[in-house]
Amino acid sequence: MVLADVIFFVAAIGVLTGAFGTVMLRNPFYSVLALAFHLVCLAALFMLLRAEFVAAAQVIVYAGAVMVLYVFVVSYVGGGEQLPSGGALRVLGPMFAVAVAVELCIALLGSALRGIRGQGAPFIPGFGTPGHIGTLFLTKFLFPFELASILLLVAAIGAVVLARRRRGLEELAPSELRVRAIQPAYTGTLAEAAGVRPRAGEEPPELEIEHVGGAGARVERVGGAGARVEREGGW
Amino acid sequence: MAIGWYLVVSALIFCIGAGGVLARRNPLVILLCLELMLNGANLALVAFARMWGGEAGQVFALIVMVVAACEVTVGLGLIVAMYRRRLPVDVDELSELHG
Repeated sequence: MVLADVIFFVAAIGVLTGAFGTVMLRNPFYSVLALAFHLVCLAALFMLLRAEFVAAAQVIVYAGAVMVLYVFVVSYVGGGEQLPSGGALRVLGPMFAVAVAVELCIALLGSALRGIRGQGAPFIPGFGTPGHIGTLFLTKFLFPFELASILLLVAAIGAVVLARRRRGLEELAPSELRVRAIQPAYTGTLAEAAGVRPRAGEEPPELEIEHVGGAGARVERVGGAGARVEREGGW
Repeated sequence: MAIGWYLVVSALIFCIGAGGVLARRNPLVILLCLELMLNGANLALVAFARMWGGEAGQVFALIVMVVAACEVTVGLGLIVAMYRRRLPVDVDELSELHG
């Protein structure tokens, strides 16, 4: 029993550290890594609760597949730039979260319910094993199981439709400029996703600005050394 | 370990996630914080399944994981589409649907 308590505290501290890291870290790439750590620690908690299959699915599906998807998107979009802080929600959001946390802790720890205070139901051998859960999915919970598979299919098709390259998407409004820049060598690498800046001596690329407006399209080139384009918004 | 402590941990995870959803502006990090909230709910479901000795909570947690995977897929597809259209990837700037 003592060993289970030690594992619980270590895993709970890991879970909460990972959660805090996900929220607090400024760089989205590090947030994804913190969430992966959080998920692995959460799988340890699931094991303590005798949910073996849920723990295995957590590690394989969440910490494996979903996190790889996140890492790919962060690398593609380039999460190195950070958003400036601002807005009332930056203060009100954490205050709201702390208020809800205090309230829930009072409700859970101050409750006189015997079920919450207890160690849980007596353990039945085979509870939570893959065989047990699989049998349930194919007998008692067959309808939710099929519904979940249809939902996964719809989500996969929807994501492909959303993210595909569409004809006509690249056309800009008539008054806009089109800027082409030669990308630096590190573009699209994990180093860029992690926010590593190029070396100081490296010149920004030469830009080619194309006026697509109605008053005659023309192309002008801006020299490399002085020109610097900052993306609006950013991360 | 009493089941109540698992519920406390799950409540804390949920609140950390909720604070992150409210405070952060990057849609990618908001998706990550949504994952945190779903995981807090999952931990509570599995803890209740352990408390009652029933397995419906674990099945429910697995279904929640499926729904979370779907949400991530569609959300990341939206972010990639936003990036392709060169929209600012900032939830405060994306207010066209406000009407």
